[in-house]
Order: sequence, then structure tokens, then C-alpha cells
Amino acid sequence: MPKKVVVIGGGIAGIQASLDLADMGFEVHLVERTPSIGGRMAQLDKTFPTNDCSMCILSPKMIMCAGHENVKLHTYSEVEEVRGQFPNLKVRIREKARYVNIAKCTGCGDCIAKCPVKVPDEFEQKLSNRKAIYLPFPQAVPRKVTIDGEVCRMIKTGKCGVCKKVCQAGAIEYDQKDEVVEIDASAIVVATGFDIMDASLLPQYGFGSCKDVVVSLQFERLLSASGPTGGHLTRPSDGRTPKKLAFVQCVGSRDERMHKYCSSVCCMYATKESILAREHVADIDTTIFYMDMRAVGKGFQEFVQRAEKLYGVRYVRSRPASVQPGKDGKGVLVTYETKGLAGEQVTEQFDLLVLCPALLPSRGSKALADRLGLKLDEDGFLVAKDIRHPVDSTRKGVLVCGFACAPMDIPDSVAQASGVAARVAEILQGGG
Amino acid sequence: MARVGVFVCHCGLNIASTVDIEKVVAYARGLPDVVVAEHNLYSCSEEGLSSIRKSIEKNKLDRVVVAACTPRTHEPLFRKTCELAGVNKYLFEFVNIREHCAWIHIKEPLSATDKAEKLIAMGVAKARLLEPQKETESSVIPTAVVIGGGLTGLTAAASLAAQGIDTHLIEREEKLGGVLGDVEVISPEFSKSGDLIGQLVKELKGSRHAKVHLGAKVVAVSGFIGNFEVTVEGKGKQEKIPAGAIILATGAQEFMPKGEYGFKEMPEVVTQLELERRLASGNVPRRAVFIQCVGSRQPGREYCSRICCNASLKNALRIVRTRPDSRVSIIHRDIMSYGTASERLYREASDRGVVFLRYGLERIPKVVRKKDGVVVEVYDETIDEMVDLDTDLVVLATPMVSREDARDLGKLLKVPLDKYGFFLEAHVKLRPVEFATDGVFIAGSARWPSSVTECMGQGLAAAAKASIPIRRGKVVVEAITASADPDRCAACGNCVIACPYEAIEIVEEHGKRYAKVNETKCKGCGTCVAACPNDAMQQRGFTSQQLSSMIDALIKSTEEET
Repeated sequence: MPKKVVVIGGGIAGIQASLDLADMGFEVHLVERTPSIGGRMAQLDKTFPTNDCSMCILSPKMIMCAGHENVKLHTYSEVEEVRGQFPNLKVRIREKARYVNIAKCTGCGDCIAKCPVKVPDEFEQKLSNRKAIYLPFPQAVPRKVTIDGEVCRMIKTGKCGVCKKVCQAGAIEYDQKDEVVEIDASAIVVATGFDIMDASLLPQYGFGSCKDVVVSLQFERLLSASGPTGGHLTRPSDGRTPKKLAFVQCVGSRDERMHKYCSSVCCMYATKESILAREHVADIDTTIFYMDMRAVGKGFQEFVQRAEKLYGVRYVRSRPASVQPGKDGKGVLVTYETKGLAGEQVTEQFDLLVLCPALLPSRGSKALADRLGLKLDEDGFLVAKDIRHPVDSTRKGVLVCGFACAPMDIPDSVAQASGVAARVAEILQGGG
Repeated sequence: MARVGVFVCHCGLNIASTVDIEKVVAYARGLPDVVVAEHNLYSCSEEGLSSIRKSIEKNKLDRVVVAACTPRTHEPLFRKTCELAGVNKYLFEFVNIREHCAWIHIKEPLSATDKAEKLIAMGVAKARLLEPQKETESSVIPTAVVIGGGLTGLTAAASLAAQGIDTHLIEREEKLGGVLGDVEVISPEFSKSGDLIGQLVKELKGSRHAKVHLGAKVVAVSGFIGNFEVTVEGKGKQEKIPAGAIILATGAQEFMPKGEYGFKEMPEVVTQLELERRLASGNVPRRAVFIQCVGSRQPGREYCSRICCNASLKNALRIVRTRPDSRVSIIHRDIMSYGTASERLYREASDRGVVFLRYGLERIPKVVRKKDGVVVEVYDETIDEMVDLDTDLVVLATPMVSREDARDLGKLLKVPLDKYGFFLEAHVKLRPVEFATDGVFIAGSARWPSSVTECMGQGLAAAAKASIPIRRGKVVVEAITASADPDRCAACGNCVIACPYEAIEIVEEHGKRYAKVNETKCKGCGTCVAACPNDAMQQRGFTSQQLSSMIDALIKSTEEET
């Protein structure tokens, strides 16, 4: 019997850890809170510094993971409790009711078309709506619909039932209940990733009060061919194509009042998004307001130079003081200080402003850490056991990787995730 | 008669916004032997794949053509779909209409569509002639070789040994530890690097699965995944180590300034590693100025070496923590303290009075000898003023550069390097520790300058990857290998010379001399086929007949237009 490993988090780190562990011969149970694996990478349009289409490189991994003979997916599920000690851990997983029999659902989408309830779409960063019965995104794995019990009329009031009527496969089950499964695991991998800070907590940046202020993940969706605008870059206030664009770095990160740490990836993704914006709109002018341009990876400096020289991106080292709505509530007025002691306050008009907020340990990671007995650092990220064991947590048999440990980019997350697989193999071989 | 199915992918809007999908599909329907032509929003999605599979079964297809993106990422997926539908995966043909049509001709949708049609016609022509193939399996030697005994190599070797895999660690120096051995404490924890290296060495020496070769140099590597032979030379003897997988962890080295800022002329000007040696021996300067990006982020060496800011922050803190009377400045272009721990160091350094001044390439600082010591003259961008810093020591933070023998090693292992001499991984985003060559892995600063935690993480990652073929005990070779028809072969030996993988030799069998290809060594590059004057050498999946049919199809489709 192969030993079992529970991987918590179905983003790129969790997927990679699962694939390597499965290839090594372990039986992997991949637990993902949302209805599909893919995580944050699935929301990205392209990836720096090569501008590889994010979904194009991720999708094969998602499918390989789901199709692997040694991987069992538990999507729309959460780890509720872990009992026992390494290497005899009992992991209780709650598989939330999706009110859909996933063995029967074909993912055809007929139900989605007819569902009358619309709610803001989390995957699209609330830039558009989804239905109460939904597929989080077109390439979702598994390709099975989920009913959002919080908003479904049938679940809440017993009045509707449209999806059940149209479902040819007979997959709708309104009386479905949560199910609890228990896995006898030899090890656990935590790869719970990140969430983006609520930028309205810093009202000076105008998020929530100015229509044409968006956060970076929203902008990523605005660029994406599968996003709410079909890949046409438009601004929220009037749907017009922006010609003057700006980014503000370190919104809530490297900030005493909010989060002291550096989120590590914003300099590069802002540079990438600037390049992509220019590819969408040939005559767009882009400004990036930054503190330090942290381009430390392979090809990153060259990427920034390319943005500057070939795509006309203007890098301004300044932290804007305030953002006000433009005339008639369209566009924004950004006030910032120019360089040097002789620097003066300038107010400049932009059509669209993108904020790069702090990236936080994913919501729920604190509660999960408490449940598992893992130590967090002052910034809320998982602490490694010691310098010799960079991917071990403070609890034996629980390994950690990716953004849940510290802000890091995709290749670093992927490498750590593979590293975790090696450590699992080591400790289950009898090593320490 | 073949029954060909053509599946055209929209790739969301990636293809569909440039290439007229409906037109292309209609065109494909009219091609010889095409039974069905369909299109999908995302062929690679679960929905796309299952619809292809259903169509294969429903239409009894025996040849499948997908016109979508690149085989580099997606061929395995579609091949697997064919297999699931009962079609040998070598009866699948991939046509790239995204990179080759939609993207490159993004401003010429008509031409892009026309080209897509032609490429599909060629793909279909070839598909009609494809034959089912059987893959060969070979065994895997259950031993790993790790080249480089620095932190990364030590971590990788210790992991493999702890996993129960026999591992040889090859180090050219007489001691283990690499560059980290020259560093006393580790950022950001300030723990002793000697303790970490000592622990790793102890683990290795205590393992019956690990063998350490000191003062040993790799002089030859032959073979292929599962069956490598690594020849190691040292102490006057040569040893051949059979191995299933190889990890490259040869690290990088500190760039030595070429006279910049008075280096070598003034004894007060030192590199970061020299400062490390001084601090380790208790020689703590009262006044120090760190100059960042010396020899990096400038024309000729554009990259940022990732770890130097953190090294300077760490050493600045070591000085100010030990000497309350100290005065330390860091002159930089951007402080690269990414993440949590490094940013904490930056914050602590600022709080403890370390002065940060920012310079630009237009006005670089000067180190000048004055009668009572050394002065660093710097134009600080932030305050727009010249600042003179009297100091006892000037520390030049230089980048990590590739090892001088990296290119030779790259040639031995047949793996690529980038323009700076760092090894080039298979995919910068999703395959950070793999090479395109199967069975050879890369980790640590030989790939890119990396911190202690990053080196260890990558070392572990490479250990995981290297363990996989060894655990499985077999590798399957893709059936695209070449072979010579003994009746046509004149044994001229052109192919033997042309083959970059030393996979071909002239043999005599049944009284006939001919060129014989070692299937597991053959990478399917096709060089031998081109070199053969007699058309005797043919490559599976790329026969002369198949390739000619593609050219014929292209000519035909062009003629049809005129």
C-alpha cells in the first residue's frame, strides 16, 4: 500500500508538490477550498519575464494532476482537523455540498445559461457577474459546476429549480449534504498561497471611491482574453480605452501602518502588465510609481529595460500621496512628489490607475495554522523548522511551500514544492 | 484509407482573434481523408479533450490532427487523449497555428488564416502516412551523481541519501561547503554557516548511501537518462560512475573588480567576501561604506545578482550591532530586500542608523584617497546633493558570476547556458530545476544567484526530480528514433560523424556492414538522416515520404489559389 500524503492548497505550489509526490509513488490527496484547482496563477494573463500565457502553461499541469493515477482531488473542500502524530496523522476533510453530483455533471453549462441569480464573480475579481450555479473559469479542473448555496434561490427559499429542469444529466441534487472523509496520512503539505489586500483600507489611494482605480489582479483580468472584457483593455467608469495608465507599487506593503514586508512580485508584474497594456493599446503611456525596482530574477533587469526602452514605460521613484477622482468621476488625479530635495508636489491626470496591494497569506491560513499547530511569523507567514530544514514546518510531518511561507514568484514556489516532495520521501524513509 | 480528424483550437482569443477559425475548419473538411473537422474554445481544457476523445470514438478516427499551440507544452496531453480513445499516440500530428500564425502575424489576419490552412493541409498530409509506433523501455541505474559540494549539492546529496538512493557527491576542491564556506554567518538568521555545512557533511558521512569524492573533477559524461556514465578524475586516478540521474550544483563565484573604485590600489577597498573574512577574524571596521552593483546592472552585465543587497545589509548590521560607535553607509541603486526576512534586515539597518544613499549610473560614486583616509564621493539622488563619506573601509558588493569551467561542464553534459554563463533550465517558470535533457537537473547559484534558503529548496527539488526515474526503475524512450536500412546503407560513416549524441556505430551483422543506432541514446534530432547520401537512414515519424507529402500538400494548396 502506498503511503498517503495530504496536500492542502491547489495552486501551482500544491499542484507541483502533488505531481512530484504522485510520480514518486505516494497516494496524494489534494485538498482545495474553491471548486477548481489552479489557484492564483489561473487568474493571471501572462507571466513575467517571458510573457508566457499563464493558463497555457498551467492548464496542462492541472489536467496532468487531475488525471494522475496517484492523485485524488478534493475540491470545494477544507481540512477541518488533524489528529495524531507523524507518521500516523488523521486528516479530516470536509467536502462541502456543491448540490451537484460530480459523477453525473458533464460541465456542459446549460444550467449556467438558465440560472436567474447573478452575483459578483470572485474569479473575475468582481469585475463581472457569475451565476449561482457556476464554473469558476472555462478551464476549471474538474470541469464540474457548483451551486453557491449562499445565493441559490432554490437552496435558500425552495423556489426556483430551473437548473434541475434543464440538466440533461440529472446531476442537480438540492438535498446534498457536506461529506466528511478521513485520510490516514503519513505527511501533510501546506501550500495555501496568498490573497490580495483590500486596497480600500488605504483610502488615500482611491480604491472604492474612484471608479477608475483598480487593483492589479483586476487589471490582470482586464488584459486576459478570457476576462470580463474579452481581452479589450477598457476602464470601468465609461468603458473607454485608457491612453494614460499608472501603477502604484507597495500599496500597503513596505508600510509601517499596514504590512512591513515586501510582496516580492509586484515590481515585475507591474512591468509585465505595462508591456501587455502597450500590446493591447499601441499608443498608451504608462507610468510606474515605485520605491525600489526589485528585479532580482533571471532576465528581470532586461525585462525592465525592455519595458522602459521598447514600450516607453516611465518609472518614477515616488510614493503618491493622494488619489482623487478626475473630472465627472472619470480617470484619476494622482498627487506625488518629484525626485530630489528640490522636488515639488505634482498632480497628474491618468485615465486608469492600477494599485499593487500587499499580498497576504491567504485568508484562513491563520485558522489552518492554529488547527495544525504551526507557527507563523510576525507577518503571518508559515515559519520553517530551522535553517537546515527550510521546507519543514514547526510540526513534524507537516511540510510547507510557496507563498504561504514567504512572498515568492512562480519558479521559486515550484522549486520549493518539488523540494517538499523530496522531504516527504526523506522523512518517510526514516530520516529526520 | 486513413480516417483523419482535424481539431482546431480558438485558444480563447489567442488564435481566434486573428485566425478565422470557421474558415479554417471548413477548409480542413475538404482535405483528403479528413472525416471530421471541429473546433474548441480551449482544446486543452477538460471539455476540449473529452470532445476530441468522443469524436475519435464516434467517427472511428485513426489519425488525429490538432491545430492549436505548441507541442512543447501540449503534445503529451493530446497524445494521451488519443491513447485514451484507443489510437496509438504516434498517429497524432500537431500543427501550431498560434505561435506560427496568430501571434506572429497578429496584424495580418487574412494571411494568418491562409497560413493556418496551409499548415493544416501539411499536417493532414503527414498524418495520413503516420504509422503506429512502440516505445522502447530501458532500465535505470539506481544511483545518482551530484556535481558540486557547495550548499546546494550537499543538500541534494543528503536528501537523496536520506531517501535511500545511492549517491556520489563530486567536489573539485578538497573541502565541502563551496562559497558558503567563506561566509561566517547566514542572512537573515545570523546563524553560523559552519554549523549548517557541518551538519550536512555529518549526515552525508553517516549515510551508507552517500560517497563523497573530494579533489575530483568530472572529465567525461556519456549515456542518457537511466544509464549515464560519469568519469571522475582526481588524485591521479580515474573512476567511472554509472548513474541513473545527474544533478548539477556547481554554484557561482564572486566577481573580482577590475580596478573599479581603486580596488587593488587601495588596501581599504575590498570585496564582500574579503569583508566576511575580516569580520570572521574579529576585524570589525568602525567606519564602512558599501557600494552596491559594482560590475552588475550595467552594460555588459545587465543582471542583478539578487543576493548582494542582503549580504551588505547583513554585514552592515554585524558592524553596527558589535560597534555602537560605528558609522556605516550603503550606496545603492535599489535595495533588493525582497520578501519578509530581508525587508526586516533593511528596516533594522535603517533603525540602527545605517545611512542609505542612492546613486545612478550617470554619476557613479568615486573613492578618493585623502591625507587622513579614504573618502567616498557620492551624488545622492534623493537629496540631489554631493555627499562626502570619510571611511576606513570601502566594501564593493560585486555580483555572483558563473564559474570559469561552467561552459566546459555544459558541453560535457550537453546542457545549455545563458549569455552570462548561468545554466539554462528547461522552462524558467515551471521547470526551474530541470534541463531539457532528461535525467540531468540543475540547482542553486549555477542556475541563478540564490540565497541559502533558495539554494537548499532547489537542491531538495532537484533531489526529488532525480529520484523519480530511479524509483520507477525504468525510462520509456520516445519512438522518434532513427534507423538505417541495412540493404541501402553503404557504411560510409557520414551519420556516425554527424550524430551529436554518439548514438551510431558501424557494425557488421550477417556479413553486412551498416550503421546501427543505439535507440536509447538517439534523441530523434534527424541530423543523421540529412547526412545520409543513400536515403538509407530514416527517422520514425519523420520519414522522407512523410516530409515530402507535406511539401507536396503545400505546393498543391498554393496552386489551388492561383
